Amino acid sequence: MIEIKSLVKIYEDGDNAGVKAVNDISFNVEEGRFYTLLGPSGCGKTTTLRCIAGLEKANGGEITVAGNKVFCANDNTYVPAYRRPIGMVFQSYAIWPHMTVFENVAFPLRVGKQRVGSAEVKKKVITALGQVELDGYEERMATQLSGGQQQRLALARALVREPLVLLLDEPLSNLDAKLRERMRFELRELQRRLRITTLYVTHDQIEALSMSNVIAVMNAGVIVQEGAPRDIYLQPKTKFVANFIGSTNQMAGQVTKLEGNGTATVRTDDGEISCSILDGLTAGSNVVVVVRPESLNLHLQKPAGLANVIEGKIGAAMFLGEYVDCTVELGKNILQTHQRYTLQVRRGDPVWLELPAAECMALPADR
Amino acid sequence: MTTAAIPRTGKFTMSLQPALLIPMFGAGILVYLAVLPLLMLFIGSFQAEVAPREFVYTLKNYHAAYASEYTYSTFLNSLIFASGSAGLSFVLGTILAWLTERTNTPLRGIFVPLAVVPLILPGVLESIAWIFLLSPKFGYLNVWSMSLFGLQSPPFNVFSLPGMIWVHSVGQVPLAFLLMVAAFKSMDPSLEESAMMSGANTWQTFRRVTLRLLMPTAGSVLLILFVRTLESFETPALIGIPARIYVYTSEIYLAFNEYPPDYGRGGALAVGLLLLSAIGVWLYTRATKEGKKFQTVTGKAFRPRQFDLGAWRWGGFGFLSGYFVFVVLLPFLVLFWASFLPFFAAPSWAAVSKLSLDNYRYLSGFRPFWDAMQNSIILSTLTATVAMVLTSLVAWIVYKSRLPGSWILDFLAFVPITIPGIVMGMALILLYVAFPIPIYGTIWVLLIAYVTRFIPYGMRAASGSILQIHSELEEAAAASGASWWESFKRVTLPLLRPGLAAGWIYICIVSFREFSTSVLLATGESRVLSILLFTMFEQGQVTVVAAIGVLMIATLLSIVAVFYKLTGKIGLQT
Repeated sequence: MIEIKSLVKIYEDGDNAGVKAVNDISFNVEEGRFYTLLGPSGCGKTTTLRCIAGLEKANGGEITVAGNKVFCANDNTYVPAYRRPIGMVFQSYAIWPHMTVFENVAFPLRVGKQRVGSAEVKKKVITALGQVELDGYEERMATQLSGGQQQRLALARALVREPLVLLLDEPLSNLDAKLRERMRFELRELQRRLRITTLYVTHDQIEALSMSNVIAVMNAGVIVQEGAPRDIYLQPKTKFVANFIGSTNQMAGQVTKLEGNGTATVRTDDGEISCSILDGLTAGSNVVVVVRPESLNLHLQKPAGLANVIEGKIGAAMFLGEYVDCTVELGKNILQTHQRYTLQVRRGDPVWLELPAAECMALPADR
Repeated sequence: MTTAAIPRTGKFTMSLQPALLIPMFGAGILVYLAVLPLLMLFIGSFQAEVAPREFVYTLKNYHAAYASEYTYSTFLNSLIFASGSAGLSFVLGTILAWLTERTNTPLRGIFVPLAVVPLILPGVLESIAWIFLLSPKFGYLNVWSMSLFGLQSPPFNVFSLPGMIWVHSVGQVPLAFLLMVAAFKSMDPSLEESAMMSGANTWQTFRRVTLRLLMPTAGSVLLILFVRTLESFETPALIGIPARIYVYTSEIYLAFNEYPPDYGRGGALAVGLLLLSAIGVWLYTRATKEGKKFQTVTGKAFRPRQFDLGAWRWGGFGFLSGYFVFVVLLPFLVLFWASFLPFFAAPSWAAVSKLSLDNYRYLSGFRPFWDAMQNSIILSTLTATVAMVLTSLVAWIVYKSRLPGSWILDFLAFVPITIPGIVMGMALILLYVAFPIPIYGTIWVLLIAYVTRFIPYGMRAASGSILQIHSELEEAAAASGASWWESFKRVTLPLLRPGLAAGWIYICIVSFREFSTSVLLATGESRVLSILLFTMFEQGQVTVVAAIGVLMIATLLSIVAVFYKLTGKIGLQT
């Protein structure tokens, strides 16, 4: 539904060569999917979205929406934003303060080429407001709505034209935590029900993991990894992805031996660890071994017959209700682990940390 | 928004020339309005006419302007007048602002609009009203206090430096008040609360936190009051000249009014005043930028802490009511009273029997009054319209188009703020006497002068309203399928309208009461109301002048009323 080929967007930077906000990225969003661009601020995700919307004109590459080429640098194609079959929700919601709720939603039906009669406008607006559970609010001034309601109003306005593609630019970032959690769920349900192709931009990993079919992790203008949420979380391909999504322990080391089947032995400052290894790394490569805090097993007695066990002592332990967050001081590294809330330890207690080989991953140290 | 330049073919072909044409056009207008007159003023100040239409370059104008026997006294008078007025209006404005904003003085709420009321009183009328009150010969307050306390001589003399300072200050208090209210309002109360939590008592908190936070603002407010006094001509003309107390603005006026007019000396004096004002404005902008380091405004609406004055709050109430009665109300009352008198007389039963509508009857058939009224109305509405259209365009280019070099436009539109009214008049005389465009002596030269002078005000209103429109509001329209024009018509313009309307009305009011530029440019049939007042007052028709003043105030009030009605309709809350 959306095809991006070699997209480049350069921001002028005075006399310098300019900043490449988007540096040659390509991806496809298939029809009916929920596709998320995830990355830290300044990574180029919003710029990409705005290029697709037509609010920015890219400097290179090609954008196709629903089979129609809307931008192509080579033959100077540029379809302006208002001619593209899109609906968009902005970070600030961009609710027009001088209009009522009804007028805000009716606006897309009253401008542009596909204008419709007033009876039809009314029907469609009511339907759109119903979809976001704002029926009954038609005559309110838009500014009288709460944050969550404004957010849903923005969504209704984006959907009322029945666009082929829905673009969402950090729509939940202005809501408080509880509301954000609920809207996450509602947004996801609405998208599934309408089966509308959705491109979502966020810096929040929880939003990305919980809502998307596909996530593309972006950094410094490029896509560093694309995949299903589970794959992104469990099999990060770079240190950046491992760090950006979830919390991660890292131990520097060197590959001593490849074992085949994508496993290897790595020598770290705290001993040898067997783990999975990314394709392309060889014996002697400098690597970091990454492992999630919740993957680690903590033993209070020295376990027998287990591989990848390192002795250490408890650093700090915090009871967080759902789990206990504690750090374990090994010889050189300090690892963070999440354990069941029943765990009772004190600083300095001797412990044995088990790193399950299947959940440890050796990644290149330099990326 | 970038889509503005996209042709309907769907192909993006942006060539630089047409995109730059509009900014260049804007820059051209601004250069013509603001830079050209200053250039002519500068050149003219170095020229002397040796034979008709034959000029040589010389320094003699500067010698005549700055090395005469009067140089020192003019300098001293200007300095005392400006610093005295700045100080007095600052103190009064700050007390009013503090009492109404930060204390529990009873009924303080109603004093906020009342304190701003004098803005409606044109400077010329302010001076005339206080002459009625404080003239040593017939001033009401003198006559009353002499009979009340059995004094041998009048206690007040408005025709003195303190008199000038008083009259000019009370006219300037609203400005100081508004600036200080803004400063008090923007102060984050948690800064004071944290001082209290650190163990500071009320007085220590006030002295060590509140006052320190106010310092940068106070400095810049004093500076702007000083510069504005230096530039003013109302009080120097109506009180200073009869009292033979001359300041820079009156020297310029007198050089022009000599026979033959000494444009060279006037020009040289004007260049000096312009420099002083420019330095003042430069320091002010620097100070306010510096002040941003202290900035306590976050856009959040604070509810500032209120100081409990205890029993003293009745003292505060007394001050506010006293100020309102004696400083705000009295000038209006005295003008109103005098307008019904055949000749000037103190209120008494004898005088009451003489009250009549004769002055108004006289005015209804007095042609020059109706001509001046017509000129003033045409000029103020035209000025406001032209200035707002021009500045909306410029502000849009500067803040939305992201075109290269738009900062030059921003700068050019700011230049006129440094031009004192009388300097503007002098510069335009030099320009249009030399230029073969026959507009000198018509209202068109006044229109040019007003538009130029009030461009910065328009700019502030226009850029303020443009900046507060989040660009996503316009982008949402584009994403909803609205073309550039539809988006402009249905989203941008409705959102801009309240701000632009406020700018329009403000420029309309300041144009209507304008005096210091008009005094050099408005002659004969281009005479405006403020100038008519001035001439007729000089001729001694004081009660007719009072009647004109009353009608002038009535007109200004109806402009404001219409404005409130209009903005009320579009839901503006200011």
